[in-house]
Amino acid sequence: MNQRVTFRGWWLPILLIAPQVIISAVFFFYPAGQAIWQSLFIPDPFGLSSVFVGLGNFEFLFSDKFYRASFVTTAVFSILVTLCSMIPALFLAVMADRLIKGSGTYRTMLIWPYAVAPAIAGVLWLFMFNTRVGVVSWYLGQLGYDWNHVLNGGEAMGLVVVASAWGRISYNFLFFLAALQAVPRSVIEAAAIDGARFWKRFWTVVLPLLSPTAFFLLVVNIVYSFFETFGVIHTITSGGPQQSTTILVYKVFADGFVGQDLGSSAAQSVILLFVVGLLTIIQFKYIEKKVHY
Amino acid sequence: MANKINGMVEKRGSGLWLTHVFMVFGVLIIFFPIWLAFVASTVTQPEIVKPPMPLWPGDQLWENYSKALVSGINVPVSTMLVNSFVMAISIAVGKIIISLLSAFAIVYFRFPGRNFFFWMIFLTLMLPVEVRIVPTYEVVASFGMLNSYSGLIFPLIASATATFLFRQFFLTIPDELAEASRVDGASPMRFFWDIVLPMSRTNIAALFVILFIYGWNQYLWPLLITTEPEMNTIVMGIKQMFPSGDDVADWPVIMATSILAMIPPVIVVVGMQRLFIRGLVDSEK
Repeated sequence: MNQRVTFRGWWLPILLIAPQVIISAVFFFYPAGQAIWQSLFIPDPFGLSSVFVGLGNFEFLFSDKFYRASFVTTAVFSILVTLCSMIPALFLAVMADRLIKGSGTYRTMLIWPYAVAPAIAGVLWLFMFNTRVGVVSWYLGQLGYDWNHVLNGGEAMGLVVVASAWGRISYNFLFFLAALQAVPRSVIEAAAIDGARFWKRFWTVVLPLLSPTAFFLLVVNIVYSFFETFGVIHTITSGGPQQSTTILVYKVFADGFVGQDLGSSAAQSVILLFVVGLLTIIQFKYIEKKVHY
Repeated sequence: MANKINGMVEKRGSGLWLTHVFMVFGVLIIFFPIWLAFVASTVTQPEIVKPPMPLWPGDQLWENYSKALVSGINVPVSTMLVNSFVMAISIAVGKIIISLLSAFAIVYFRFPGRNFFFWMIFLTLMLPVEVRIVPTYEVVASFGMLNSYSGLIFPLIASATATFLFRQFFLTIPDELAEASRVDGASPMRFFWDIVLPMSRTNIAALFVILFIYGWNQYLWPLLITTEPEMNTIVMGIKQMFPSGDDVADWPVIMATSILAMIPPVIVVVGMQRLFIRGLVDSEK
């Protein structure tokens, strides 16, 4: 950073920064510290005292088959959400970019789902696939397919994946379209003069130029499916059937608030902290690279 | 952008109508869930519970929406809408004010602890509410802020993203402006008020759009701390409208509520599309 003109005084800047620092300390750092502290204890059932167990909660978690299953569920879920939201978005963005007129209208139509909260998206998709009244499940029934995500874990997973990916298509579409429109026309024209047709140009010229955007979206979508899909899962499946859609964040909630197992829930929070930290570092490594080219 | 020069690149002809077909098809698929919710909010309960439900709107729009808004199921939806507005606007405005001030302090002053505070704010990026729910809930409960607006708002109001965005922007404001106002003997706050704030207008507006939607769409946090139906926000309140046992849900009212819950953010996103896209790209990159 170059030398900037600054103002003198130290009490004014402290005063200016105080609101953010105080709120961060009270609602971010203290609770995070508490989570780490609590993760080392097991409270008794009445909450009167707690026993220090060191890393016992963590050992227990990693030997717990439900927790390990939740890791796998989260991995499967986030990979599927990322793919199901990025591929259609890329396709639509490529199509929209080909249009000279009308791409703005399509864009306006396609960004709607972004504004819809994950929990509302969950309700909409639940309604379509509801076993009693759902339109889609009814037509599937007519075709001879008996849809029942309440009992079938695979179908439940499919439904929460689609409901979570739906709103993200808008988001990814906007970023892909912006990236496509930033591809220099001269590069495309050069390829066209060399005789490359549209799809050939797409694979050999455009896609490599999109890769920074794609990587960025990959990380952002994984973060999204880890942490922001709680509403979808809570409204559609509540983690069931048989925990087949219990992702890690849902399990922190279920064990901490429903099961009242505070030590275990805190230990899970700490593990998630590491996951967020890792993802944030990856994201910033990427931004650093991008700044320097 | 409107008149891209075509040059050698084919943009017309056989491929074009096919492109439109794909786009229309894509839009229809993406739109279908919203359409279906709208249709369901305009028909009667018997039409829905006897599948397949119609795919074209009925004539019960007024009945369903007024029933939802006036009586709702646990609490009138109008109450939940007010709660959502208070929460979303307070979070957006609060985050913007807090971040503007702290970014201004970080960019325009050298004070003891500056780096420490900077990293402290930076680290909050790694602490989404989802990973600290139980202890944060305990803090809020110990302050007696359960079922209150302050409990809904404060834990979500500190935003490292907004602070960084403003910091990046302030770094692009020419040094001469600060120099000039210092020579003129203007106080730092005068400079902030007269120069920095007016220059940040577009950034503030773009960020407002993003933060409003962030606040409006919160689910987990309101679910934890609002146990009284009167304090429910609309996004989390919908789940509470489903019956717990084997009873059939009141789908027309629930779907009318879903539509009501998405109207404000959709208006903000579609109406302020340019600002929204700008805010999105800026705040993520």
